[in-house]
Amino acid sequence: MKKLIAICFLLVPVIVSATGAGEHLMHVKIDLKDKRSLQHGAKLFVNYCLSCHSASYMRFNRVAKDLGIPRDVMKKNMLFVTDKLGNTMKVAMRKKDAKKWLGVAPPDLSVITRSRGPDWVYSFLNSFYLDEKRPTGVNNLVFKDTAMPHVLWELQGWQRPVYSEHHEGEESRKTINELELVYPGKMNEEDFQAATRDLVNFLTYVGEPAKLVRYKTGVWVILFLIVFLIPAYLLKKEYWKDVR
Amino acid sequence: MNRLLEWIDDRFPLTKLWNEHLAKYYAPKNFNFWYFFGSLALVVLINQFVTGIWLTMSYKPDAAKAFESVEYIMRDTSWGWLIRYLHSTGASAFFIVIYLHMFRGLMYGSYKQPRELLWMTGMFIYLCLMAEAFLGYLLPWGQMSYWGAQVIISLFGAIPYIGDTLTLWIRGDYVVSDVTLNRFFSFHVIAVPIALLALVMVHVIALHEVGSNNPDGVEIKKHKDKNGIPLDGIPFHPYYTVKDIVGVIVFLIFFLAIVFFWPEMNGYFLEHNNFIPANPSVTPEHIAPVWYFTPFYAILRAIPDKLFGVIAMGAAVLILFLLPWLDRNPVKSIRYRGTLYKWILGIFIVSFLALGWLGMQPPTPAYTMFSRIFTVIYFAFFLLMPIYSKLDKTKPVPDRVTYK
Repeated sequence: MKKLIAICFLLVPVIVSATGAGEHLMHVKIDLKDKRSLQHGAKLFVNYCLSCHSASYMRFNRVAKDLGIPRDVMKKNMLFVTDKLGNTMKVAMRKKDAKKWLGVAPPDLSVITRSRGPDWVYSFLNSFYLDEKRPTGVNNLVFKDTAMPHVLWELQGWQRPVYSEHHEGEESRKTINELELVYPGKMNEEDFQAATRDLVNFLTYVGEPAKLVRYKTGVWVILFLIVFLIPAYLLKKEYWKDVR
Repeated sequence: MNRLLEWIDDRFPLTKLWNEHLAKYYAPKNFNFWYFFGSLALVVLINQFVTGIWLTMSYKPDAAKAFESVEYIMRDTSWGWLIRYLHSTGASAFFIVIYLHMFRGLMYGSYKQPRELLWMTGMFIYLCLMAEAFLGYLLPWGQMSYWGAQVIISLFGAIPYIGDTLTLWIRGDYVVSDVTLNRFFSFHVIAVPIALLALVMVHVIALHEVGSNNPDGVEIKKHKDKNGIPLDGIPFHPYYTVKDIVGVIVFLIFFLAIVFFWPEMNGYFLEHNNFIPANPSVTPEHIAPVWYFTPFYAILRAIPDKLFGVIAMGAAVLILFLLPWLDRNPVKSIRYRGTLYKWILGIFIVSFLALGWLGMQPPTPAYTMFSRIFTVIYFAFFLLMPIYSKLDKTKPVPDRVTYK
């Protein structure tokens, strides 16, 4: 156990320097009031993500209710692995099989935007690039050597890295400068970014469905307290008049 | 109504208790801003108790279900998200309130004679609070819960001879596991809350026995009228009850703004990594405790030797117990102390905050050096106190409290 601590401490600087470099995240604008974006995100999620990734704390009927999707539309178009709207978004694939086929079991995405942050998920979805060395044929700028294949290739197409060379003394290092599209997909760059933005928007909602009511309730609570403060202060003033 | 009260009073000292602790408890009339935090601590304590009871109704202390049950509370129980955020934000708010309450004591010398025991019971409450927060942090069973507990428990392993046996005894297993989770849950919801409640009662009894200190640090009991009522005292109820209601509302505006708008506080109140379920085979990149422990964590890391690091960390907390005897200055309040103490207290607070910040950062050689400097200042504040508190030039203390 003593070793464990020592290792934890020793590893910290190494890992931090390893992850800190080269992670330039793209920014995504989250707007949970945008129902259309959330609905579109839900559609993309069910069609592209839910076959491997679960969102096992999220119920279909909650999504339907919160996003204003009619129950029959939901039932017809989004329920592939279950037949009950009250069920959570689980996957049919067993964890053991997933691990055998993909190397790692795809993580549950219920709270992924809360652990990674929306910007990271958005950048991840946008920065797959061709890499022959990887078994999936692709690599990722923000998650090096990810086991995930480029699931959205059909929409985005394929990107290739553009390198730039740095000379440090006699050594030269190659770093990825940017990604360029080599085989276009069904969408142009702008549409693809909008689509992934909708997907991340939806995932942000899934991370905390209460967010839809939290802000609204909060405003009323704070307003009530501010109003309540007035009589409370006047009462205090009244009582303290005779203190000298 | 009166007859009912008489009937009760014949059998239980209801009126007597009411008078002793509220209606005829005379508090100095010159309390300022800093004196809100005692009653606020009570408000936060009650918040933690009530929300805790409701969380326990749906939480499952089971390594396979704990993480899921927290998300269940957040999604599938009515207002579960609010109860959970009130509890998680309440934990941080408790420490903010307590730290300010303790700082008040430092400024106005509230630990000094005759309030030594009052200060010590407060310190015991602080220790209980730290234990309670540490135990509770394991319950959501996220990565930080798991690895934070793993790291802190293994600190006990540094103790010679019994270290390894002790860590095994605490965990009940060779690693943090379901067994650990269950016992932490038991302590978090039963043992420590009982101790906390008892200590808070003792603290209040001790306070009402000696009477409250005040920003001037003068004893109001020295000047009484012919009925034995302190001339500068006013009954706690209704004067301070109506004043504290104002304080509570202002506090709630800030507190609930965080609960409703920033419950994660950018990772300071709810850490990002704790939204990943505990995984014993994957160590997170950077393990740091929640902000309220980081000053002591920085002291632990500042010292190269593990055993001495653990000792220093423990000493950093326990040395506060000795404060009433380290301070040799006859003057209580900072208002009538010299510039020397004001500077030293200021530097101490800066060091404490800096250590808190450093404890959150991944260690680099520069940060470690700063941690060492601030650790030395932290201890110097206490260890040199018998010397500088005597040297300090003081101003004359007024006979009665000042009240404009």
